[in-house]
Order: sequence, then C-alpha cells, then structure tokens
Amino acid sequence: MDFEAPLPTPTPTSAPFWAGLKDGVFRMQKCDDCGGWVFYPRSRCSHCLSDALSWHEISGAGTLYTFTIARQPTSPHFAREVPQRLAVVELDEGVRVTTTLVDVADADIRIGMRVKPVYEPVSDDITLLRYRPA
Amino acid sequence: MPGLRGEAAVVGFAEYKNERKYTGARKFTIEQWADLAKLALDDAGLSARDINGIVCSDIRESGMFTPATIVEYLGRPVNFAERIDLGGATSVGMIWRAAAAIELGICDVVVCAAPARPIPSNPNSRPVDPRRYFGASSVEWGSPQAEFDIPYGNVAQNCGYAMIAQRYASQFGYDPRAMAKIVVHQRANAAANPNAAFFGQPVTVDDVLASKMIADPLHMLEIVMPVAGGSAVVVASREVARRCKHRPAWVTGFGEHLTIKTPTYAQDLVHTPVGPASRQAFAMAGVKPEDVDAVQLYDCYTITVLLTLEDAGFCGKGEGMDFVNDHDFTTAGDFPMNTHGGQLGAGQAGLAGGMSHPLEAVRQIMGRAGDLQLGQCDTVYVSGTGGVMSEQAALILRGD
Repeated sequence: MDFEAPLPTPTPTSAPFWAGLKDGVFRMQKCDDCGGWVFYPRSRCSHCLSDALSWHEISGAGTLYTFTIARQPTSPHFAREVPQRLAVVELDEGVRVTTTLVDVADADIRIGMRVKPVYEPVSDDITLLRYRPA
Repeated sequence: MPGLRGEAAVVGFAEYKNERKYTGARKFTIEQWADLAKLALDDAGLSARDINGIVCSDIRESGMFTPATIVEYLGRPVNFAERIDLGGATSVGMIWRAAAAIELGICDVVVCAAPARPIPSNPNSRPVDPRRYFGASSVEWGSPQAEFDIPYGNVAQNCGYAMIAQRYASQFGYDPRAMAKIVVHQRANAAANPNAAFFGQPVTVDDVLASKMIADPLHMLEIVMPVAGGSAVVVASREVARRCKHRPAWVTGFGEHLTIKTPTYAQDLVHTPVGPASRQAFAMAGVKPEDVDAVQLYDCYTITVLLTLEDAGFCGKGEGMDFVNDHDFTTAGDFPMNTHGGQLGAGQAGLAGGMSHPLEAVRQIMGRAGDLQLGQCDTVYVSGTGGVMSEQAALILRGD
C-alpha cells in the first residue's frame, strides 16, 4: 500500500499564513490587545482570548529548540523521508513551530543553533515551512 | 486543602495476562468489559447488583454514547457514568473520578475497566482506513495537528518523546547507561511477574544500548511493546469496603493537569504536567515523596520515567540521571519502582497499560504480589501520562 504524505488544507482562519508561505513570506498573527504573538493561526489570541488579531510579516528566523532523527518512519506516509529530521524551532518572537531540517548534515545539528526558513512548494497550493542553518 | 477525604478505596481488580500474540477466544470490547467487571467484582467479594457507577473509555463497537451502551449491556442502571479521554492517564483519571463520585454520595460501587484484547475479525471486511496510521493525531480539516504538525511527519509518540529527551540532554546532560538501567531494573521485576510479556526475560544495559535506534536518543528497548491484555478495578465506599475480601487501597490524593496536545507548543518541554498533578496529590493526601513505600510511574518511554521522578519531587530538576544511578528500582531495592515491571517490562496493553500502575499499587497494598511482594507497602505514588507528556495525573493510594 502506498501512502501519500498528507498536505494541510488551509482554513478561513489560516489562509493568510499559507498564502504567505506560497509567496515566500512568513506571516504571523499578533494580538492588538495584549501584544502577544500567536502561532498557529487562531480566531482568538492564545494569551488573552481577544479576537483583535492582525497579521504581521516576520523574518521567520529563530533557534533550534529540539530535534530528533527518526530512523523508522513516524507513519508509512513518511517512509520516503527516512531518516526524518524532525525539529521544533523557537522563533525570535518566542513562539515555536513544528518543522523538518534541510540542508544540514546530521552531525552538524545542534540545539540552540540559528536557523532560517526554507519555503518548499509541495503542490500548486501548498508551500511547507522547513528550516536550515542560518 | 480541599479534595478527597480518603473515604473511597480500590477493593478488587481483574487483569488479563499480557500477551504478545493473543491466541485465545476473541471477544468484542464490550464483552471484555463485562468479563473484566465480573472478575473484578468477584475478586472484591461483590455482586453485579452492587454496581451503581461505571467509568469507561472508548469501545470499538460504539463511537458515541459509550457509557449508556455499556450500562445497557451490563444490565445495571447507574447514577454515575463517565467516559475518559486521557490516553495513558485515562485509568488514573478513572479512579479519582470514581472516588470523587463516591465521596459525593451519588454511588458506592464503581467499576473502571480497560479491555485491550483483539476483537473478532469482521466478516464484512473493510479496507484499512489510512487515517489510523496517524494514531492520536487528528487529520480532520481544521485540526491544528492536521495543519501544522502532521504534514511535517510529527506523528505518533516516538518523535515527540525523543525530542523531549534531546531537549533535556541539551539542558542537563544525558547518560544513556542510566536510561538503560531504568529498563534493566524494570525488566528484572517483570522477569518475576507471570502476567508480564517479558516474564523470565531480563536484559542488560548493553542489550538496551545495542537495540535499534528508533528516534535519537531512544532505543527500541526504551519504548513499550504493544500487547494484548486488559484490566479492571472496583472502587467502593468505606461502608462497602468493610464487607469486601481484601485490604482496601484508599484513594487519598489525586491531581490532574493538562497543558498541550503537541509538545511543540509546550511552554517548557522539560517541566511536565505531572509536576502540578503530583504536588496536588501529595498535598491532598498529606504525604511527601519521601513517605512512599513504592512508586508506580507511567513508563511509555525511559524519558517519561526520568522526568516523572524529577517533576513529582523524588529528586530535583536535572538530577534524574544521578538519582537513577544511585538507586535500585527492583523489589529488593531501596526505591521499588514499577514492581510489576511497568509497561517497559510487562508490555503495554492499550489503555490497560496505564491501569497496570494503579493496579500494581493496589496489589502491593493488599499484599497479593506473590514473588514481587514488598515487605512493607502502605503508601504508593502512582502516575499516568497521556499524549506526549501533555496530560498527566497522579494518585496516592494507602492501606490502613
């Protein structure tokens, strides 16, 4: 049985984020009331539940918070990606994103290293947010 | 502090043997539920007529209205019925809710069951739904996991726990031999437990470190093995407990704390929810970590055990590796832990894996642990962990 890696389906709330990635831009929500950055996209602020959220362009740069190298596929859909370089990046805005690392040798991966986004188109509509050493 | 008064106890239990390859007769989940309920009631010395509460999780035969379906099947009207959705913390969550309902006076005999044997093969076989491979992550449209985690392969449990261990290592250092020792001591306990999947099969530190790397730094033997099994407990009031067969295991404290679904979004990956849950449980019971005779810690991975030892207060943050190196976790040791072998030694029978910890605490308090019985066992700390250390619960169980 062959499994296609599942792609995200943007929602009315998240559409600006995905449209941004497609244009090579990281857009993130910020709360107009409490000033907190919000990721992933929400209809209300994850700090104060305000609905006064606005979109801002950010650099997407951050540091590697943690990672693992999965030697066995995390599900059959990712068999072609093994070893999977799964990572969590802490953006300079203080929020974290799930991603995978590209353009880096396993031995060079260090928690705390600076990383920057790589916008990888995976379909006509969807661009995923991967990361590489800065 | 407010909370339980210690007026409800686990008075009986039932446990199917953990089996890597189940070859016995196959029954539906709901049938196993009824079996386990009957066995646990018999063990307590109670009858079906005594049941007036149940706590369940999902059953394969019925996606909705699960409690009512089970109550109807058992033929027992109840005053209290709950369905718990806390992954590996489900069983601990069942037991404190049963105790709370009993102390409220709305019921006095509550059965909590976690069946986990395979069900009969469906003659109307349907193609496998590929969504099942995403396990605990939802691929439904609008699910945060579907949109921001699954597309990157952040799926299932191994990678999340591995990333917690890596983060821990970067902050506090990492001793692979200490992590392997957790497995070795639990397998030593399991080797003497006839219900364990690894009965009679101890391992060494070198065996653990030589096993396949699954997701750095986790080796295969640091990860639970799924098995068939199932278990149930009966929780009862003080008045009912007086006429039961065994020494009651009083539920004197509990805590439960939920923070996130996916570890990416945890405020701090190395301070886990079992910390606040355990502090509440100890305070409610009026005991301290140093007062317990044994601990039964939820152990899906070695890193879960390490972080629970720290966050529950058995040692300080960052001291877990030294604590492991300094203590003996076998039943003959100075810090008996997962005396049944835990899930790393006994296997993980679905949600019954998380029942094995409170059940073993009860078995030790009742003095029914056979070759694994501790000399004195009056106070036991128990933890449950669901998701990726994202929803955790703790219990203090005590004998009179």
